[in-house]
Amino acid sequence: MIIPCPYCGRRHSSEFSYLGDASLMRRPDFEASEEMWSDYIYLRDNRAGNHKELWRHSFGCGAWLIVERNTVTHDVLSVVPAKDQS
Amino acid sequence: MQVRRCPAGGLIDRASPVRFSFDGKEYEGFRGDTLASALLANGINLMGRSFKYHRPRGVFTADSSEPNALMEIGSGAHRDPNVKATMEELVDGLEARSQNRWPSLAFDVMAVNGLLSPIFTAGFYYKTFMWPKSFWEKVYEPVIRRAAGLGRLSDEPDPRTYERRHIHCDILVVGAGPAGLAAALLGARSGARVVLADEDFHLGGSLLNLRNYKQTEEGAWADAAIAELNNTPKVTVLPKTAVFGLYDGPVFAALQRPQAASKNPVTFYWKIFPKQTILATGASERGVVFGGNDKPGVMLASAAQTYVNRFATKPGRRSVVFTSTDDGWYSAAALEKAGILVAAVVDPREGLSPALTGTVDAECFQGAVVEKARGGRHLQDAIITAENGKKTTVQCDLLAVSGGWSPNIGLTCHLGAKPSWDSARSAFMPAKLPGGIAYAGALEGSVSTGTALKSGLEAAQKALDLLEMHSAEIKIPTAEKNLNISRSADMPLWRVRSAKEKAFVDLQHDVVATDISQANREGFRSVEHVKRYTTLGMATDQGRTSNLNGLAILADENNMPMSSIGLTTYRPPYVPVAVGAFAGENAGLDFRPKRLPPSHRWAERQGAVFVEAGDWLRAQYFPKTEEKHWRQSVDREVTAVRTKVGFSDVSTLGKIDIFGPDASVLLERVYINAWRKLAVGKARYGLMLRDDGFAMDDGTTARMAEDHYVMTTTTAKAGPVFQHLKFCHECLWSDLNVAFVSSTDQWAQYALAGPKSRDVLQRLTDHDVSNEALPYMGATAASILGVEGRIFRLSFSGELAYEIAVPARYGEEFAEAIMDAGAAEGIEPYGTEALGVLRIEKGHLAGPELNGQTTAQDLGMGRMMSKKKDFIGRKMALRSYLNAPDRASLVGIRASDPSISFEAGVHLFAPDAPVDPAHDLGYVTSAVFSPTVDATIGLGFLSHAEEYSGRLLRAVDPLRGTNVSVEVCSPHFVDPDGERLRA
Repeated sequence: MIIPCPYCGRRHSSEFSYLGDASLMRRPDFEASEEMWSDYIYLRDNRAGNHKELWRHSFGCGAWLIVERNTVTHDVLSVVPAKDQS
Repeated sequence: MQVRRCPAGGLIDRASPVRFSFDGKEYEGFRGDTLASALLANGINLMGRSFKYHRPRGVFTADSSEPNALMEIGSGAHRDPNVKATMEELVDGLEARSQNRWPSLAFDVMAVNGLLSPIFTAGFYYKTFMWPKSFWEKVYEPVIRRAAGLGRLSDEPDPRTYERRHIHCDILVVGAGPAGLAAALLGARSGARVVLADEDFHLGGSLLNLRNYKQTEEGAWADAAIAELNNTPKVTVLPKTAVFGLYDGPVFAALQRPQAASKNPVTFYWKIFPKQTILATGASERGVVFGGNDKPGVMLASAAQTYVNRFATKPGRRSVVFTSTDDGWYSAAALEKAGILVAAVVDPREGLSPALTGTVDAECFQGAVVEKARGGRHLQDAIITAENGKKTTVQCDLLAVSGGWSPNIGLTCHLGAKPSWDSARSAFMPAKLPGGIAYAGALEGSVSTGTALKSGLEAAQKALDLLEMHSAEIKIPTAEKNLNISRSADMPLWRVRSAKEKAFVDLQHDVVATDISQANREGFRSVEHVKRYTTLGMATDQGRTSNLNGLAILADENNMPMSSIGLTTYRPPYVPVAVGAFAGENAGLDFRPKRLPPSHRWAERQGAVFVEAGDWLRAQYFPKTEEKHWRQSVDREVTAVRTKVGFSDVSTLGKIDIFGPDASVLLERVYINAWRKLAVGKARYGLMLRDDGFAMDDGTTARMAEDHYVMTTTTAKAGPVFQHLKFCHECLWSDLNVAFVSSTDQWAQYALAGPKSRDVLQRLTDHDVSNEALPYMGATAASILGVEGRIFRLSFSGELAYEIAVPARYGEEFAEAIMDAGAAEGIEPYGTEALGVLRIEKGHLAGPELNGQTTAQDLGMGRMMSKKKDFIGRKMALRSYLNAPDRASLVGIRASDPSISFEAGVHLFAPDAPVDPAHDLGYVTSAVFSPTVDATIGLGFLSHAEEYSGRLLRAVDPLRGTNVSVEVCSPHFVDPDGERLRA
């Protein structure tokens, strides 16, 4: 798979480390309920289709990226720096 | 004697004879031969025994789809099993051996399996060896394994050199036949970066099968094209390279076998990243399933043509050609021109044009089939059955078969695209693919050299358009002048139904037509089920010569059209790939990078014993000549630190510089404790959690300036913690004005520990390091021996101690300098073993305690968790069950007697309790012999820790037979009040 890094250009996926669902960026407030926290920590959607994920260009610029990817076709639809959306 | 070599012609270099051996006997061939062509030239066609029935087999193809002529090449550790003789370039000294035969290829005792063949039908093993169950592993399987099989692995470590390479290009062309060459040449002329890959060692594909290639217009063109491509700097030509996988991106994977006669042969694993791709993988001829179609001497018509034209080798003297395509007739003509008698051409079609039948001077059987081939180790004759049932027996030692053509669609299916049946072409044609992948030549539907050349050009033009590059002009040969006969439609011929003799579908796996009928009768309808039940197409050739015939038989049995029978899934790799190729350079000691601490060379000179710690190679201990056991060295090193002074390289600890006005805020959020009020020039211990509440890592962080901190992490977590900080900043709190840089490799950091450490340090620096100027947990920039560095007053041992940091390039000299400075005090270097003993004696945590299953509470640091702020892990750390009293928490464990020892991993039980999971109270994570305490001590986690404090428990390890008495105590075995630290 090729991921077009917004800083470095088209790079092979082996240069990146994968974290998972980009919903990890929506960290609840510490006063939120335990249910909300449990949902945040343990529950992930497993979508067939377009899915936003966090990847880090570990062997490149080092930036965390939000990669929108189709989990069925593996098409990469968009890649933006995570810091622009947090 | 190359008895079957034609006197002239062929793409072989008769001036370069090549010596090789087969089954221990010496032979000679020429440069340009494959192993298969050289064997044929020497009159050898018996090249192997079949998988199940041990039937004699000859070469069937002249390309990479070969199911029969598989050999062991090389000897010792270099022995490679299942190498296709048809693809192996002949080199001097090549050693080949036939496989799956005993005692010899000509006489194989296991051929008796052939007589038992009625038993060895589809599903035989599943049905027969059901019981008794224990017999499967002990009796049946070993016997079957010995009887069935292919080549043997060498069983030795792979000595070959593999290298991984990545290449980006504008246009990738896969296949260097007429279409691929034309496409690559146009791309090259137009200035594109082109990669051209072909499996063969000689580029040209089907053009190489032309009679007198060098004298033809096409051959001259191809030679010129190849020369030009080789001389164009922006073009990478990869011969002997099988593109074996297509992955998302698209990214192509290819395996390049070593170039012949290379002194240091390297196998390359290529990852190719093209903007545009032209697949020109060609088509493979199919055989026909008829009785005895596996006899040595039966081969594909195109292969026979290749042997006579390209290799100037006669695969027989007297041939019969059995074809349902026009191409079979041209192959017959080629055989005839090469001096092989063509006794008969058998074509199931009728009403063929005299222009076609006139190309060969042979008896012509239209509307007829070959029902059976007969012979033992060599083909003797073919029985031809006419439509009216009349049988004719024709003597022959070569039976060339052409049942139609299948485009090589393998790669096009790797991403899950389904090919579709094209009834006009009687072939599965590839689905359209996204990602700039186009088809040319036979894969796109071309049926002649002329159309293939044209389709290659068109594909390249389209690719150049998409790349927005200007297309140059190139000339291609007119080609078709010798083929002015209008082509008759191919007649798909899959099998001869009247065959009674064993008729093979999958030659490599010995699957016969009746196996497929039987599977069908037993209810296996889906092609995927039939494949697995009969093992059709599951051998190393992946059924390239057999799949379609098998499917056709299945369709026929069910009266279904080919279009609805489906196709089994093609997956990468398209050709077998050695695991070593995937590993590339990362094998053996180079499995992963080796990092050396700055004092490494110095430590080597001291005779240190090293240990791998993650990527690092660290000094484990420094033995002295009189010491016979590692424990003696370690005890001495520990005692040196406790009584005078020791020196150790701690550079491997992760170091992260954190800058910015919000640096304190970020630390507050990643560590459980408070940071805002830490004074400049001070360090503090911090524990960080994951957001699920479990401990992630710990270390000290020093404030070097208002907006600059230096964080240390454990050695193992340096990378993950850095990634975590970046995550926290970029994904959670990008509003914070803060930046990080990992500086682990930039600093040589040395611990100077022991009551005399200050005296030694003061000799190295003019900076005041008195207790008043640099108290415990102080941190300062300082000039050390004239080098700008840092001094931290940190202790991992519990003694008065410092850490000195200087730029890594001074590391080796500083190791010497520190040892010199401490000579008067009797300074001793200590390694990771002593480091471990010292930290356990002091009750400091490390990897075994921060094991991903322990919380701050478990680690005795529950009260360190700030209640005034949010931090990573806060909410989940407070979950009630993580704070229940029976949750195991950190304790010290000591053997109740110095003669008793235990190891990390022992579990703890009350003295009178049964040893079972229900009574398990906890476990020990770290254990060492402490020379200071004079007993084995450890750290561990224990339920109801307070209740058991001071009591005796049993430390049990059923695996190692340990069951000893231990005492629960404080984890601080040495100086629990920290007086020495602050001295």
